Amino acid sequence: MIRVELPAHLRTLAGVKGEVTLDVARPVTQRSVLDALEAKYPMLEGTIREHGTLKRRAFLRFFACEEDLSHESPDALLPEAVAAGKEPLLVVGAVAGG
Amino acid sequence: MSKVRLLVGTRKGAFVLTSDGRREKWDVSGPHFAGWEIYHVKGSPVDPDRLYASQSSGWFGQIIQRSNDGGKTWEQAGNKFLYDGVPGTHQWYDGTPHPWEFKRVWHLEPSLTDVEGVYAGAEDAALFQSADGGQSWQELSGLRGHGSGPHWQPGAGGMCLHTVILDPSDPKRIYIAISAAGAFRTDDGGKTWKPINHGLRSQGIPDPDAEVGHCVHHIAMHPSRPGVLFMQKHWDVMRSDNAGDSWQEVSGNLPTDFGFAIDVHAHEPETIYVVPIKSDSEHYPLDGKLRVYRSKSGGNEWEALTQGLPQKDCYVNVLRDAMSVDSLDSCGVYFGTTGGQVYGSSDAGDSWTPIVRDLPAVLSVEVQTLA
Repeated sequence: MIRVELPAHLRTLAGVKGEVTLDVARPVTQRSVLDALEAKYPMLEGTIREHGTLKRRAFLRFFACEEDLSHESPDALLPEAVAAGKEPLLVVGAVAGG
Repeated sequence: MSKVRLLVGTRKGAFVLTSDGRREKWDVSGPHFAGWEIYHVKGSPVDPDRLYASQSSGWFGQIIQRSNDGGKTWEQAGNKFLYDGVPGTHQWYDGTPHPWEFKRVWHLEPSLTDVEGVYAGAEDAALFQSADGGQSWQELSGLRGHGSGPHWQPGAGGMCLHTVILDPSDPKRIYIAISAAGAFRTDDGGKTWKPINHGLRSQGIPDPDAEVGHCVHHIAMHPSRPGVLFMQKHWDVMRSDNAGDSWQEVSGNLPTDFGFAIDVHAHEPETIYVVPIKSDSEHYPLDGKLRVYRSKSGGNEWEALTQGLPQKDCYVNVLRDAMSVDSLDSCGVYFGTTGGQVYGSSDAGDSWTPIVRDLPAVLSVEVQTLA
Protein backbone atom coordinates (compact mmCIF):
# COMPACT_ATOMS: atom_id res chain seq x y z
CA MET A 1 0.00 0.00 0.00
CA ILE A 2 1.50 3.33 -1.10
CA ARG A 3 0.89 6.40 1.00
CA VAL A 4 0.58 9.84 -0.60
CA GLU A 5 0.21 13.14 1.21
CA LEU A 6 -1.51 15.85 -0.81
CA PRO A 7 -1.71 19.62 -0.33
CA ALA A 8 -4.89 20.83 1.37
CA HIS A 9 -6.52 22.16 -1.81
CA LEU A 10 -6.08 18.83 -3.57
CA ARG A 11 -7.46 16.94 -0.57
CA THR A 12 -10.52 19.17 -0.82
CA LEU A 13 -10.90 18.45 -4.53
CA ALA A 14 -10.52 14.72 -3.95
CA GLY A 15 -12.85 14.79 -0.95
CA VAL A 16 -10.33 13.09 1.35
CA LYS A 17 -8.84 13.82 4.73
CA GLY A 18 -5.34 12.86 5.71
CA GLU A 19 -3.16 10.61 3.60
CA VAL A 20 -4.33 8.81 0.50
CA THR A 21 -3.49 5.12 0.15
CA LEU A 22 -3.09 3.40 -3.20
CA ASP A 23 -2.48 -0.08 -4.48
CA VAL A 24 0.47 0.15 -6.84
CA ALA A 25 2.26 -2.83 -8.34
CA ARG A 26 6.03 -2.83 -8.31
CA PRO A 27 8.14 -1.28 -9.69
CA VAL A 28 6.91 1.78 -7.80
CA THR A 29 7.79 5.02 -9.58
CA GLN A 30 6.47 8.59 -9.63
CA ARG A 31 4.62 7.73 -12.80
CA SER A 32 2.99 4.56 -11.46
CA VAL A 33 1.96 6.27 -8.23
CA LEU A 34 0.52 9.33 -9.99
CA ASP A 35 -1.24 7.12 -12.55
CA ALA A 36 -2.85 5.20 -9.67
CA LEU A 37 -3.70 8.40 -7.83
CA GLU A 38 -5.43 9.88 -10.88
CA ALA A 39 -7.23 6.61 -11.60
CA LYS A 40 -8.67 6.56 -8.08
CA TYR A 41 -9.29 10.32 -7.96
CA PRO A 42 -9.87 11.48 -11.54
CA MET A 43 -10.71 14.96 -10.30
CA LEU A 44 -6.98 15.40 -9.69
CA GLU A 45 -6.06 14.95 -13.34
CA GLY A 46 -4.24 18.03 -14.54
CA THR A 47 -3.68 19.41 -11.06
CA ILE A 48 -0.32 17.72 -10.31
CA ARG A 49 0.79 16.88 -13.82
CA GLU A 50 -0.15 18.98 -16.81
CA HIS A 51 -2.58 17.47 -19.26
CA GLY A 52 -0.92 16.30 -22.43
CA THR A 53 2.73 16.55 -21.43
CA LEU A 54 2.24 14.94 -17.98
CA LYS A 55 4.98 17.25 -16.72
CA ARG A 56 5.00 18.11 -13.02
CA ARG A 57 3.31 21.46 -12.54
CA ALA A 58 5.91 24.12 -11.93
CA PHE A 59 4.84 25.11 -8.41
CA LEU A 60 4.67 21.56 -7.07
CA ARG A 61 7.48 19.41 -5.67
CA PHE A 62 7.78 15.75 -4.72
CA PHE A 63 9.53 14.74 -1.53
CA ALA A 64 10.01 11.45 0.32
CA CYS A 65 12.35 10.27 3.06
CA GLU A 66 13.65 13.84 3.41
CA GLU A 67 14.79 13.83 -0.22
CA ASP A 68 13.69 16.13 -3.03
CA LEU A 69 12.57 13.83 -5.83
CA SER A 70 11.10 16.59 -8.01
CA HIS A 71 13.76 16.36 -10.66
CA GLU A 72 14.06 12.59 -10.76
CA SER A 73 12.87 10.77 -13.84
CA PRO A 74 9.16 9.86 -13.58
CA ASP A 75 10.25 6.29 -14.20
CA ALA A 76 12.95 6.17 -11.52
CA LEU A 77 12.23 3.89 -8.60
CA LEU A 78 10.90 5.64 -5.53
CA PRO A 79 12.72 4.93 -2.25
CA GLU A 80 12.07 1.45 -0.86
CA ALA A 81 10.44 2.96 2.23
CA VAL A 82 7.78 4.53 -0.03
CA ALA A 83 7.32 1.32 -2.03
CA ALA A 84 6.92 -0.59 1.23
CA GLY A 85 4.39 1.90 2.59
CA LYS A 86 6.58 2.94 5.51
CA GLU A 87 6.96 6.52 4.30
CA PRO A 88 4.57 8.72 2.29
CA LEU A 89 5.29 10.38 -1.02
CA LEU A 90 4.75 14.07 -0.31
CA VAL A 91 3.22 16.33 -2.96
CA VAL A 92 4.13 19.78 -1.77
CA GLY A 93 3.06 23.17 -3.08
CA ALA A 94 5.76 25.81 -3.39
CA VAL A 95 5.74 28.12 -0.41
CA ALA A 96 4.78 31.44 -1.89
CA GLY A 97 2.45 34.28 -1.21
CA GLY A 98 -0.77 34.91 -3.01
CA MET B 1 -41.73 38.16 -7.00
CA SER B 2 -38.61 38.33 -9.12
CA LYS B 3 -35.23 37.55 -7.63
CA VAL B 4 -31.77 38.68 -8.53
CA ARG B 5 -28.69 36.54 -8.14
CA LEU B 6 -25.19 37.96 -8.45
CA LEU B 7 -22.37 35.56 -9.26
CA VAL B 8 -19.15 37.09 -8.02
CA GLY B 9 -15.70 35.72 -8.83
CA THR B 10 -12.81 36.88 -6.66
CA ARG B 11 -9.12 36.24 -6.13
CA LYS B 12 -9.95 33.88 -3.27
CA GLY B 13 -13.25 32.23 -4.05
CA ALA B 14 -16.74 32.69 -5.46
CA PHE B 15 -19.69 34.35 -3.77
CA VAL B 16 -23.38 34.20 -4.60
CA LEU B 17 -25.43 37.24 -3.57
CA THR B 18 -29.21 37.03 -3.74
CA SER B 19 -32.02 39.48 -3.24
CA ASP B 20 -35.66 39.88 -4.10
CA GLY B 21 -36.74 42.29 -6.80
CA ARG B 22 -36.50 45.26 -4.47
CA ARG B 23 -32.75 44.71 -4.34
CA GLU B 24 -32.44 46.19 -0.87
CA LYS B 25 -31.45 43.24 1.30
CA TRP B 26 -28.93 40.69 0.15
CA ASP B 27 -27.93 37.23 1.32
CA VAL B 28 -24.29 36.36 0.84
CA SER B 29 -23.23 32.77 0.23
CA GLY B 30 -19.58 31.78 0.08
CA PRO B 31 -16.73 31.61 -0.26
CA HIS B 32 -17.13 28.72 -2.63
CA PHE B 33 -13.80 27.18 -3.67
CA ALA B 34 -12.07 29.13 -0.92
CA GLY B 35 -8.54 30.15 -1.68
CA TRP B 36 -8.81 29.64 -5.45
CA GLU B 37 -8.96 32.34 -8.10
CA ILE B 38 -12.43 32.42 -9.60
CA TYR B 39 -12.10 34.33 -12.82
CA HIS B 40 -15.72 33.92 -13.87
CA VAL B 41 -19.05 32.39 -12.91
CA LYS B 42 -22.00 32.47 -15.29
CA GLY B 43 -25.43 30.89 -15.49
CA SER B 44 -27.13 29.25 -18.43
CA PRO B 45 -29.92 31.31 -19.99
CA VAL B 46 -31.68 28.00 -20.71
CA ASP B 47 -31.67 26.83 -17.09
CA PRO B 48 -30.56 29.56 -14.68
CA ASP B 49 -29.80 27.01 -11.99
CA ARG B 50 -27.05 25.60 -14.19
CA LEU B 51 -23.94 27.58 -13.36
CA TYR B 52 -20.40 27.25 -14.63
CA ALA B 53 -17.37 28.49 -12.71
CA SER B 54 -13.74 28.84 -13.70
CA GLN B 55 -11.55 27.93 -10.73
CA SER B 56 -7.79 28.22 -11.11
CA SER B 57 -4.55 28.39 -9.23
CA GLY B 58 -0.93 28.92 -10.11
CA TRP B 59 -0.16 25.76 -8.19
CA PHE B 60 -2.84 23.37 -9.34
CA GLY B 61 -3.99 24.71 -12.71
CA GLN B 62 -7.49 24.91 -14.08
CA ILE B 63 -10.68 23.40 -12.69
CA ILE B 64 -14.19 23.85 -14.10
CA GLN B 65 -17.05 23.60 -11.65
CA ARG B 66 -20.72 23.17 -12.45
CA SER B 67 -23.83 23.63 -10.34
CA ASN B 68 -27.35 22.41 -11.01
CA ASP B 69 -28.99 24.24 -8.13
CA GLY B 70 -27.98 27.85 -8.54
CA GLY B 71 -24.71 27.54 -6.67
CA LYS B 72 -25.82 25.68 -3.55
CA THR B 73 -23.80 22.62 -4.53
CA TRP B 74 -21.13 22.09 -7.14
CA GLU B 75 -19.58 19.24 -9.08
CA GLN B 76 -16.27 19.18 -10.87
CA ALA B 77 -16.47 19.09 -14.66
CA GLY B 78 -13.65 18.49 -17.13
CA ASN B 79 -10.42 20.47 -17.17
CA LYS B 80 -8.62 19.00 -20.16
CA PHE B 81 -7.96 22.04 -22.33
CA LEU B 82 -5.61 20.91 -25.07
CA TYR B 83 -4.80 23.06 -28.05
CA ASP B 84 -5.68 21.50 -31.37
CA GLY B 85 -2.55 20.20 -33.11
CA VAL B 86 0.83 21.80 -32.58
CA PRO B 87 0.03 25.15 -30.97
CA GLY B 88 3.02 27.04 -32.34
CA THR B 89 4.15 30.41 -31.09
CA HIS B 90 2.86 33.91 -30.48
CA GLN B 91 4.94 36.98 -29.72
CA TRP B 92 6.29 37.52 -26.25
CA TYR B 93 6.38 41.00 -24.70
CA ASP B 94 9.72 41.70 -26.37
CA GLY B 95 8.53 40.51 -29.77
CA THR B 96 10.33 37.16 -29.69
CA PRO B 97 8.41 33.94 -30.47
CA HIS B 98 6.91 32.28 -27.40
CA PRO B 99 5.18 28.91 -27.30
CA TRP B 100 1.43 28.83 -26.77
CA GLU B 101 0.80 27.57 -23.21
CA PHE B 102 -2.57 27.02 -21.58
CA LYS B 103 -2.82 28.92 -18.28
CA ARG B 104 -6.45 29.45 -17.32
CA VAL B 105 -10.01 30.13 -18.40
CA TRP B 106 -10.95 33.80 -18.14
CA HIS B 107 -14.54 33.66 -19.32
CA LEU B 108 -17.28 31.04 -19.59
CA GLU B 109 -20.18 31.75 -21.94
CA PRO B 110 -23.08 29.30 -21.73
CA SER B 111 -25.01 28.56 -24.91
CA LEU B 112 -28.20 30.55 -25.51
CA THR B 113 -30.10 27.42 -26.53
CA ASP B 114 -28.48 24.31 -25.03
CA VAL B 115 -27.99 23.88 -21.30
CA GLU B 116 -25.07 21.53 -21.94
CA GLY B 117 -23.33 23.91 -24.33
CA VAL B 118 -20.70 26.32 -23.07
CA TYR B 119 -17.72 28.22 -24.46
CA ALA B 120 -14.48 28.95 -22.60
CA GLY B 121 -12.13 31.82 -23.39
CA ALA B 122 -8.60 30.88 -22.41
CA GLU B 123 -5.13 32.25 -21.76
CA ASP B 124 -3.02 31.76 -23.88
CA ALA B 125 -5.70 32.95 -26.22
CA ALA B 126 -8.01 30.30 -27.60
CA LEU B 127 -11.69 29.53 -27.64
CA PHE B 128 -12.87 26.13 -26.43
CA GLN B 129 -16.33 24.61 -26.71
CA SER B 130 -18.10 21.93 -24.72
CA ALA B 131 -21.32 20.20 -25.75
CA ASP B 132 -21.59 18.05 -22.64
CA GLY B 133 -21.84 20.49 -19.78
CA GLY B 134 -18.13 21.09 -19.50
CA GLN B 135 -17.08 17.47 -19.25
CA SER B 136 -15.00 17.61 -22.42
CA TRP B 137 -13.58 20.54 -24.36
CA GLN B 138 -12.59 21.04 -27.98
CA GLU B 139 -10.71 24.02 -29.29
CA LEU B 140 -12.29 26.06 -32.09
CA SER B 141 -8.87 26.26 -33.63
CA GLY B 142 -9.85 28.24 -36.68
CA LEU B 143 -9.36 31.30 -34.50
CA ARG B 144 -5.70 30.65 -33.78
CA GLY B 145 -5.40 29.35 -37.31
CA HIS B 146 -6.60 32.63 -38.75
CA GLY B 147 -3.00 33.33 -39.68
CA SER B 148 -2.31 36.30 -37.48
CA GLY B 149 -1.73 34.18 -34.35
CA PRO B 150 2.08 34.30 -34.53
CA HIS B 151 1.80 38.12 -34.30
CA TRP B 152 -0.46 38.23 -31.24
CA GLN B 153 1.09 39.59 -28.07
CA PRO B 154 0.01 39.43 -24.44
CA GLY B 155 -1.30 42.42 -22.57
CA ALA B 156 -0.08 43.11 -19.07
CA GLY B 157 -2.54 40.56 -17.69
CA GLY B 158 -1.51 37.84 -20.11
CA MET B 159 -2.65 36.88 -23.58
CA CYS B 160 -6.21 36.18 -22.63
CA LEU B 161 -9.38 35.61 -24.59
CA HIS B 162 -11.66 37.39 -22.16
CA THR B 163 -14.83 38.26 -24.06
CA VAL B 164 -17.25 35.87 -25.76
CA ILE B 165 -20.53 37.25 -27.14
CA LEU B 166 -23.11 35.01 -28.78
CA ASP B 167 -25.45 36.60 -31.30
CA PRO B 168 -29.03 35.74 -30.28
CA SER B 169 -30.26 36.29 -33.84
CA ASP B 170 -27.66 34.13 -35.54
CA PRO B 171 -26.38 30.97 -33.85
CA LYS B 172 -23.36 30.87 -36.13
CA ARG B 173 -22.11 34.34 -35.24
CA ILE B 174 -19.76 34.77 -32.26
CA TYR B 175 -17.65 37.74 -31.25
CA ILE B 176 -14.54 37.35 -29.13
CA ALA B 177 -11.83 39.69 -27.90
CA ILE B 178 -8.23 39.07 -26.95
CA SER B 179 -5.73 41.22 -25.11
CA ALA B 180 -3.73 42.32 -26.98
CA ALA B 181 -4.72 40.95 -30.36
CA GLY B 182 -8.10 42.61 -30.78
CA ALA B 183 -11.62 41.59 -31.68
CA PHE B 184 -12.61 38.75 -33.99
CA ARG B 185 -15.88 37.46 -35.43
CA THR B 186 -17.00 34.17 -36.86
CA ASP B 187 -20.08 33.82 -39.04
CA ASP B 188 -19.85 30.05 -39.44
CA GLY B 189 -20.01 28.78 -35.88
CA GLY B 190 -16.30 29.06 -35.19
CA LYS B 191 -14.75 27.42 -38.24
CA THR B 192 -13.30 30.62 -39.65
CA TRP B 193 -12.69 34.00 -38.07
CA LYS B 194 -11.92 37.51 -39.21
CA PRO B 195 -10.33 40.32 -37.24
CA ILE B 196 -12.77 43.18 -36.73
CA ASN B 197 -10.48 46.01 -35.69
CA HIS B 198 -10.89 48.54 -38.49
CA GLY B 199 -11.09 51.98 -36.94
CA LEU B 200 -9.17 51.13 -33.79
CA ARG B 201 -6.04 53.18 -33.20
CA SER B 202 -3.55 52.10 -30.57
CA GLN B 203 -0.45 54.08 -29.73
CA GLY B 204 2.40 51.89 -28.56
CA ILE B 205 2.25 49.37 -31.37
CA PRO B 206 4.38 49.77 -34.48
CA ASP B 207 1.38 50.37 -36.75
CA PRO B 208 -1.39 52.13 -34.80
CA ASP B 209 -3.99 50.99 -37.37
CA ALA B 210 -2.81 47.39 -37.61
CA GLU B 211 -5.23 44.58 -38.38
CA VAL B 212 -4.33 42.92 -35.08
CA GLY B 213 -2.42 43.99 -31.99
CA HIS B 214 -5.03 46.14 -30.25
CA CYS B 215 -5.61 45.75 -26.54
CA VAL B 216 -9.38 45.41 -26.46
CA HIS B 217 -10.48 45.29 -22.83
CA HIS B 218 -14.13 44.39 -23.20
CA ILE B 219 -17.10 44.46 -25.59
CA ALA B 220 -20.80 44.68 -24.79
CA MET B 221 -23.88 44.13 -26.92
CA HIS B 222 -27.60 44.62 -26.35
CA PRO B 223 -29.42 41.43 -27.37
CA SER B 224 -32.07 43.35 -29.31
CA ARG B 225 -29.40 44.88 -31.57
CA PRO B 226 -26.74 42.26 -32.08
CA GLY B 227 -25.00 44.24 -34.80
CA VAL B 228 -24.26 47.16 -32.49
CA LEU B 229 -21.21 46.69 -30.30
CA PHE B 230 -19.65 48.89 -27.65
CA MET B 231 -15.99 48.49 -26.76
CA GLN B 232 -13.77 49.65 -23.94
CA LYS B 233 -10.32 49.53 -25.44
CA HIS B 234 -7.13 50.00 -23.44
CA TRP B 235 -7.59 53.68 -24.28
CA ASP B 236 -10.74 54.79 -26.13
CA VAL B 237 -14.39 53.84 -25.92
CA MET B 238 -15.61 52.70 -29.32
CA ARG B 239 -18.82 51.64 -31.05
CA SER B 240 -19.63 49.69 -34.15
CA ASP B 241 -22.95 49.71 -35.97
CA ASN B 242 -22.01 47.01 -38.45
CA ALA B 243 -21.09 43.97 -36.37
CA GLY B 244 -17.54 45.12 -35.87
CA ASP B 245 -16.66 45.76 -39.50
CA SER B 246 -15.71 49.30 -38.51
CA TRP B 247 -15.47 51.24 -35.28
CA GLN B 248 -15.87 54.89 -34.30
CA GLU B 249 -14.59 56.49 -31.14
CA VAL B 250 -17.32 57.64 -28.74
CA SER B 251 -15.15 58.66 -25.77
CA GLY B 252 -16.57 62.19 -26.04
CA ASN B 253 -16.40 64.09 -22.77
CA LEU B 254 -15.12 61.25 -20.58
CA PRO B 255 -12.47 62.54 -18.18
CA THR B 256 -10.25 59.62 -19.20
CA ASP B 257 -11.10 56.99 -21.77
CA PHE B 258 -8.95 54.26 -20.25
CA GLY B 259 -10.89 51.54 -18.47
CA PHE B 260 -11.90 47.93 -18.46
CA ALA B 261 -15.63 47.41 -17.92
CA ILE B 262 -18.45 48.38 -20.28
CA ASP B 263 -22.08 47.34 -20.35
CA VAL B 264 -25.45 48.21 -21.88
CA HIS B 265 -28.72 49.01 -20.11
CA ALA B 266 -31.14 46.08 -20.24
CA HIS B 267 -34.00 48.05 -21.85
CA GLU B 268 -32.30 51.02 -23.50
CA PRO B 269 -29.86 49.84 -26.15
CA GLU B 270 -28.30 53.29 -26.47
CA THR B 271 -27.60 53.62 -22.74
CA ILE B 272 -24.14 52.41 -21.87
CA TYR B 273 -21.91 52.41 -18.79
CA VAL B 274 -18.16 52.61 -18.29
CA VAL B 275 -15.90 53.19 -15.30
CA PRO B 276 -13.09 55.54 -16.36
CA ILE B 277 -9.70 54.66 -14.90
CA LYS B 278 -6.86 57.16 -14.71
CA SER B 279 -4.27 55.41 -16.85
CA ASP B 280 -2.74 52.13 -17.87
CA SER B 281 -0.04 52.35 -15.24
CA GLU B 282 -2.12 53.67 -12.36
CA HIS B 283 -5.26 51.55 -12.67
CA TYR B 284 -7.40 53.56 -10.27
CA PRO B 285 -10.10 56.19 -10.68
CA LEU B 286 -9.20 59.75 -11.53
CA ASP B 287 -8.79 62.03 -8.51
CA GLY B 288 -9.65 59.19 -6.11
CA LYS B 289 -13.34 59.49 -7.09
CA LEU B 290 -15.15 56.31 -8.08
CA ARG B 291 -17.49 57.38 -10.85
CA VAL B 292 -19.53 55.35 -13.27
CA TYR B 293 -20.18 57.23 -16.48
CA ARG B 294 -23.42 56.75 -18.37
CA SER B 295 -24.22 57.75 -21.89
CA LYS B 296 -27.85 57.72 -23.00
CA SER B 297 -26.89 58.47 -26.58
CA GLY B 298 -24.71 55.50 -27.35
CA GLY B 299 -21.55 57.40 -26.51
CA ASN B 300 -19.95 60.82 -26.89
CA GLU B 301 -22.15 62.55 -24.27
CA TRP B 302 -21.45 61.13 -20.84
CA GLU B 303 -22.66 61.96 -17.34
CA ALA B 304 -20.95 61.07 -14.10
CA LEU B 305 -22.90 58.87 -11.69
CA THR B 306 -21.59 59.43 -8.19
CA GLN B 307 -24.42 59.16 -5.69
CA GLY B 308 -23.48 56.54 -3.14
CA LEU B 309 -20.00 55.98 -4.53
CA PRO B 310 -16.85 57.13 -2.69
CA GLN B 311 -15.80 60.56 -3.93
CA LYS B 312 -12.46 60.80 -2.20
CA ASP B 313 -9.49 58.56 -1.44
CA CYS B 314 -10.74 55.71 -3.61
CA TYR B 315 -8.04 53.83 -5.49
CA VAL B 316 -9.66 50.59 -6.59
CA ASN B 317 -10.01 49.23 -10.09
CA VAL B 318 -13.02 47.71 -11.84
CA LEU B 319 -11.94 44.82 -14.03
CA ARG B 320 -13.33 43.93 -17.44
CA ASP B 321 -15.84 41.25 -16.45
CA ALA B 322 -16.85 42.92 -13.20
CA MET B 323 -19.91 44.84 -14.41
CA SER B 324 -23.34 43.47 -15.24
CA VAL B 325 -26.99 44.50 -15.52
CA ASP B 326 -30.21 42.82 -14.47
CA SER B 327 -33.38 42.92 -16.56
CA LEU B 328 -35.92 44.11 -14.01
CA ASP B 329 -38.18 47.00 -15.01
CA SER B 330 -35.90 49.51 -13.40
CA CYS B 331 -32.62 48.20 -14.70
CA GLY B 332 -30.15 47.17 -12.02
CA VAL B 333 -26.46 47.82 -12.60
CA TYR B 334 -23.73 46.14 -10.58
CA PHE B 335 -19.97 46.23 -10.44
CA GLY B 336 -17.22 44.84 -8.27
CA THR B 337 -13.87 46.37 -7.38
CA THR B 338 -10.38 45.18 -6.68
CA GLY B 339 -10.97 46.51 -3.16
CA GLY B 340 -13.62 43.85 -2.59
CA GLN B 341 -16.72 46.00 -2.83
CA VAL B 342 -19.72 45.09 -4.94
CA TYR B 343 -21.90 48.11 -5.66
CA GLY B 344 -25.44 47.89 -6.93
CA SER B 345 -27.88 50.38 -8.38
CA SER B 346 -31.57 49.58 -8.70
CA ASP B 347 -32.30 52.79 -10.63
CA ALA B 348 -30.12 52.38 -13.69
CA GLY B 349 -27.13 54.02 -12.09
CA ASP B 350 -28.69 57.15 -10.56
CA SER B 351 -27.73 55.97 -7.06
CA TRP B 352 -25.52 53.22 -5.69
CA THR B 353 -25.27 51.13 -2.55
CA PRO B 354 -22.50 48.79 -1.48
CA ILE B 355 -23.95 45.28 -1.33
CA VAL B 356 -20.76 43.93 0.25
CA ARG B 357 -17.64 45.83 1.16
CA ASP B 358 -14.97 43.39 2.16
CA LEU B 359 -14.67 40.54 -0.31
CA PRO B 360 -11.34 39.56 -1.85
CA ALA B 361 -10.48 41.48 -5.02
CA VAL B 362 -13.41 41.08 -7.40
CA LEU B 363 -12.59 39.62 -10.82
CA SER B 364 -16.08 39.21 -12.25
CA VAL B 365 -19.74 39.98 -11.61
CA GLU B 366 -22.60 38.39 -13.49
CA VAL B 367 -26.29 38.92 -12.79
CA GLN B 368 -29.19 36.54 -13.16
CA THR B 369 -32.73 37.88 -13.11
CA LEU B 370 -34.93 35.06 -11.87
CA ALA B 371 -38.68 34.76 -12.20
